[in-house]
Amino acid sequence: MMDEGTELSVTIAQIVQRLKGAHLHSQLEKQARECLHRPEIKLESLKEDVRNFLRVSGTQDWVYCVYHAGAVTCLPPPGHPAAPPEHTKEPLAYMRKAQASWEKRILKSLNSMCTELGVPLARKRPIPEQKELTNKWNEMGTDEPGDKCNLKFFTPQTMGCLKNPNHDCREGLTARSHWGLIQISLNVRAIPQMREAYPELSLTCCQLGIDDHAHIPPDLFESEHIRIGNKVVSEQDSAAAQQYSRQGCPTGLRAQLWALILNATNEPEDIMHYEQLKAAVIHHDLLVDNLIYKDVKLTASNDDYYFVFEDFLYQVLLCFSRDTAVLEHFSYNSATPPKSYIQGKTFMSVCVCVCVVPFHGFSMYVAPLCFLYNEPSKLYSVFREMYVRYFFRLHSISSSPSGIVSLCLQFERLLQSHLPQLFYHLQKIGAQPLRIAFKWMVRAFSGYLSTDQLLLLWDRVLGYDSLEIVAVLAAAVFAFRAENLMEVTSLASAEAVLADLSTLKVMPLLQIFLFA
Amino acid sequence: MTGNPVDCTVKSTVALQIGDVVSDSFRPGVYITDVVFGEPVNIQEISFKNSYTAFLTVRVLRKEAGSEDGSTKWVTCVRNHCLMANPHTEEGSQDYFSIYRQQMLTQPDNVTTVRLIQRQPSSVWLNFNIEEIKIYPLVHEDSERDVPSWLSTITPVEEPLDLNGLPDPDEVSSSIQQMWALTEIMQSSQTSASIGRFDVDGSYDINLLSYT
Repeated sequence: MMDEGTELSVTIAQIVQRLKGAHLHSQLEKQARECLHRPEIKLESLKEDVRNFLRVSGTQDWVYCVYHAGAVTCLPPPGHPAAPPEHTKEPLAYMRKAQASWEKRILKSLNSMCTELGVPLARKRPIPEQKELTNKWNEMGTDEPGDKCNLKFFTPQTMGCLKNPNHDCREGLTARSHWGLIQISLNVRAIPQMREAYPELSLTCCQLGIDDHAHIPPDLFESEHIRIGNKVVSEQDSAAAQQYSRQGCPTGLRAQLWALILNATNEPEDIMHYEQLKAAVIHHDLLVDNLIYKDVKLTASNDDYYFVFEDFLYQVLLCFSRDTAVLEHFSYNSATPPKSYIQGKTFMSVCVCVCVVPFHGFSMYVAPLCFLYNEPSKLYSVFREMYVRYFFRLHSISSSPSGIVSLCLQFERLLQSHLPQLFYHLQKIGAQPLRIAFKWMVRAFSGYLSTDQLLLLWDRVLGYDSLEIVAVLAAAVFAFRAENLMEVTSLASAEAVLADLSTLKVMPLLQIFLFA
Repeated sequence: MTGNPVDCTVKSTVALQIGDVVSDSFRPGVYITDVVFGEPVNIQEISFKNSYTAFLTVRVLRKEAGSEDGSTKWVTCVRNHCLMANPHTEEGSQDYFSIYRQQMLTQPDNVTTVRLIQRQPSSVWLNFNIEEIKIYPLVHEDSERDVPSWLSTITPVEEPLDLNGLPDPDEVSSSIQQMWALTEIMQSSQTSASIGRFDVDGSYDINLLSYT
């Protein structure tokens, strides 16, 4: 391991590099230049005086600074000099291989769609079509998608096939072996460690989702919590917003708090960026647009809560698939963007024609956000930030603690240690718990819980900067319905018991599972 | 990372176990790998890639200073250095590590052999090892040649530019000629047709995604 001092200085260098491109940097420079006119700044101690001045006057800027640095913590720690770049993104060789073969399957399916439909991957729209799309921009929901598009499903079988060649998998079931589908030995937290890491969810701590119930007087917790929330928003304190979010965000403040935590601004440059993407959508037609249309029609449009936002979803997702800023996250995502060769008359060039290939259910990542933001550009920036920090981990194979493989393993381990009888019973009747819980976790429960409960869950995801809570909730749901599940005798009936989660209250379930 | 690694011979790994290696069904939990040098080395850094080893102990065979008969002594430099925080889980299992001189218990000077003792107490893994072992010697600050400092400042050694990802200036300047010629051609043959970047007859000609 590298010397700690050098590791720290490399991280600082990374943060500084990242900040250099940010709006904040130019603001700080401007402030520094202006303060030079002030009498208290002396030439001999120029550096110190300017630094003190900035620190005193621009407190919120510094906190913003710290929070922007938080986005950099998504980056993997600086790797060993001998380590190749793919190792820094994902250290385990067999995981990289699995991710690569998964990607190849997606590319093959996209290519075959191309040849079957006779449609190019990307094509420039003819002018009349461009005009039509510009007029229809706000009502794209009236289009019909092509039927021949096949969206890939991300299934638990993909996870179950993941095997470490160096892992000793003993034959037969013993009390010590892992009964679930995931046969990888990753470091996941058990309940005692979760209790230590998530103290704000404990029984003695007040929460939104529990202590804001109708029959509890608001003076006990709710009014004070809202007052603190208002203060956090007025001070634009990003780190405080994240800490605050651990106990839930009040509905009226949630939009601003999330934007603060994610550093998703709606400055003129963001609006301009969104307009540029919109122009890109109008000028060029991509094959994946058909995938997006189909996905939205199949999932969000059929959902009682989200069908009203269909047009918003198109506006966000079509732009998202063309946003090259998303490519930055591939520096820490074990996945790679799909590439294609452009045949020119005299050259061949590689182009990244689409950044993320959508799969079935992808639009559900955006749908709940539509309740919070009504401006497309703001909605877009928040969604993009959430995607590059959290959601991408739910559909790429990696050993990260928030990755889908770790979440599946954590879910299975929690269930096996705390409800062994239930797990054994389900496993015997051929209803592996992961086969039911997987779809919940891949979508972070979007579309399964009622929206207000989902947003409370996502408050905690943002507050703790980790998706582990999703795995814990999946186990908690099984614990809640354990009695009914013990009676079932087949996978179909187990799925029927767990089909409707819309009446569940998330926070009491989590609290009881972790702390009771 | 200081300079180039020293040439060394990595001997084949020996398992420490009681009983016959071939016929016994128990897997050994300790492996020993020896690294031998041609001549004594002062070690600055040992770097390697882990492959499921949990703990590493490093012992060196040092030539005793001031002894004419070349007597040597084994000393422990690093004891039970933890590579995997939890021996049963994947964390750290395939990472790259470096052990520096500053972390060692004794000075690794005049070393003829390095013994790497690898331990993996967990029964979860079929095999464990360390790979890509590289040993870097101590590099002295002052040059070996006896040049007085005032002389060395007259002819400074040209350090390679820290390009930071930018192309080599010499290459760029040689291709600029060609680019200038192209721009001249463009200027002289201007048409009213729009210049699309990768357009071929008004559309992208992208048909298939590549698998590599």
